[in-house]
Amino acid sequence: MEIPEQLYYTEDHEWGELEDDLMRVGITDYAQHELGDIVFVELVEAGTVVAKGDPIGTVESVKAVSEIYAPVDGEVFEVNGALTDTPELVNQDCYGEAWMVVLKVNDPAQADTLMDARAYQAYVEAEAK
Amino acid sequence: MAGSEYVTCFPEVREPLLNLKGGPGKNKRLLPAPFDTSGAHDLPGTRDLPDLPDVSEVETVRHFTRLSRLNYGIDHGMYPLGSCTMKYNPKITEEIAARLAPIHPADTEAMEPVLKRLAQLQDHLGKICGMDACSLWPAAGAHGELTGMMVISSALKSRGEHRRTVLIPDTAHGTNPASCTIAGFATKAIPSGEKGYLEASILRQHLDQDTAALMITNPNTLGIFEQEISAIAGLLHENGSYLYMDGANLNAIMGITRPGDMGVDCMHVNLHKSFGTPHGGGGPGSGPVLVRKDLEPFLPTPRIVCNGSGAYVLEEEPYPESIGKVHSCLGNVSVCIKALAYILSLGPRGLREAATTASLNALYLKNRLKKLFDLAYETPTLHEFVLSDTLQKEGGVTTMDLAKALMDFGFHPPTVYFPLVVAGALMIEPTETEPLEELDRFVRAMENIAAMSREEPEKTHESPLAAPVFRVDEVWAARNLTLTWPDKRIQPEEKGI
Repeated sequence: MEIPEQLYYTEDHEWGELEDDLMRVGITDYAQHELGDIVFVELVEAGTVVAKGDPIGTVESVKAVSEIYAPVDGEVFEVNGALTDTPELVNQDCYGEAWMVVLKVNDPAQADTLMDARAYQAYVEAEAK
Repeated sequence: MAGSEYVTCFPEVREPLLNLKGGPGKNKRLLPAPFDTSGAHDLPGTRDLPDLPDVSEVETVRHFTRLSRLNYGIDHGMYPLGSCTMKYNPKITEEIAARLAPIHPADTEAMEPVLKRLAQLQDHLGKICGMDACSLWPAAGAHGELTGMMVISSALKSRGEHRRTVLIPDTAHGTNPASCTIAGFATKAIPSGEKGYLEASILRQHLDQDTAALMITNPNTLGIFEQEISAIAGLLHENGSYLYMDGANLNAIMGITRPGDMGVDCMHVNLHKSFGTPHGGGGPGSGPVLVRKDLEPFLPTPRIVCNGSGAYVLEEEPYPESIGKVHSCLGNVSVCIKALAYILSLGPRGLREAATTASLNALYLKNRLKKLFDLAYETPTLHEFVLSDTLQKEGGVTTMDLAKALMDFGFHPPTVYFPLVVAGALMIEPTETEPLEELDRFVRAMENIAAMSREEPEKTHESPLAAPVFRVDEVWAARNLTLTWPDKRIQPEEKGI
């Protein structure tokens, strides 16, 4: 299971990559693996204002439909339209091409409330038990 | 073939879609007047006539007979689809409903005795649930949820309150948040406790002045009775919020305990689950809503009332606070009549015995199967239970493989990957109508599958091998949605069959 060092992680298995006041968000390798083959992705529109924990989209696999939540407060700056036609990207490249939204975050310091790679690793191992 | 001990294989023609059969002029039976369609092009909205298949009578009869032989239903064998209560439906209820079928709903004189029966059903449901008033019109469970939440919304409005949030435990049916959203509420999922039921202390942390209601299923989708329900009702009422109960699992408690006594304000029941009427593709369903006295003014119209001369009539007025109509004409009347026949034929003791036998059957299966499959929660369960693929997963065998393998033993698979709180869930509900021999046959099938998972795990990936359709490519189907009636000139791609 891949957990890149430089990213932030949530308890709902989203990752966030912070660059100044922009955060790129997607779902983790663990999440895509647990969900199985992703068949549909629906994201909120750019411009949507969200608080931490608000839904920013939905991913559907053959097993279940799951919501994706905003890791921090902010405004949706950009969404990845490519996922509408090629949802399988989430299974193929969840940390790369299958990013879901870019958030313009209100306070970059809020990222410190999220887990780092090591904490997330321990979290996932505990959850798998 | 692992299943050969129990199942036969008989050849059946792989039947194409009806419009890919036949050809011009094969249908010799032309439509008689007044169904002459020659002038239909002039009618508004009928630019193109539908491309109906040109097939002969014998081809049509064979088409549907062949398809029916590929089908699997409750009259065929056990259908342990958790959360759906696929019990056997006694044929006498069909017979009784069929006798009322010729009555036209606009024939008020002929409808009077039907309305009397419907009023009688409302009364019985009220007694079974311990609730004060009932509306039979919602067409199925989710429609009942929506109607109930609209009733709550109107009640809040009449109190001058604008509470927007409905709390829903993480064990809930997927329809719960959907119904609340359509009724105009925001939903918030709250975690169940470690024992698999909602603890009042957890609920307390989530209550505030925006909480309109809690929507809870009791027993819940793990088959566990919500044992803190009275305390939960107390907290909600203290907070000015309502308690909505999804009655999908009423089959486990009817005749034993009543939602009204638990403090429920509003609920729906699924006649097609608890009260022995067909459902699951064969529907239609029926999802009556029941409320406490204070919510009665908001129930849908029309209302069935007994007038001064003792006759049962429908009334649209005066119900100024009603949410209005939720269904054209009346609800699914034939389902209501079947449910009434079921309730009257069983009586109070019979209903109670149905509930206790449903739980006994489920407990029997659980205790025999928990040695072979992981049991997600140790808390005692009622009419259903949830296993998982944890023990088989290490060998690469998943819940989907287990479910597909069951088809080779002549069973409909259980509910899979639900509830979401259990990864790789297999949710099994045998219902009270299964004889011990059929339960034992199910156990032997599951034992065989557990052995196959250990010894030849790769074989499970290929199953079913004895079913009319082999393993279908669900991912391909979901990613390439083609839901249109295919053009007969284009041969459909052979995919996944």
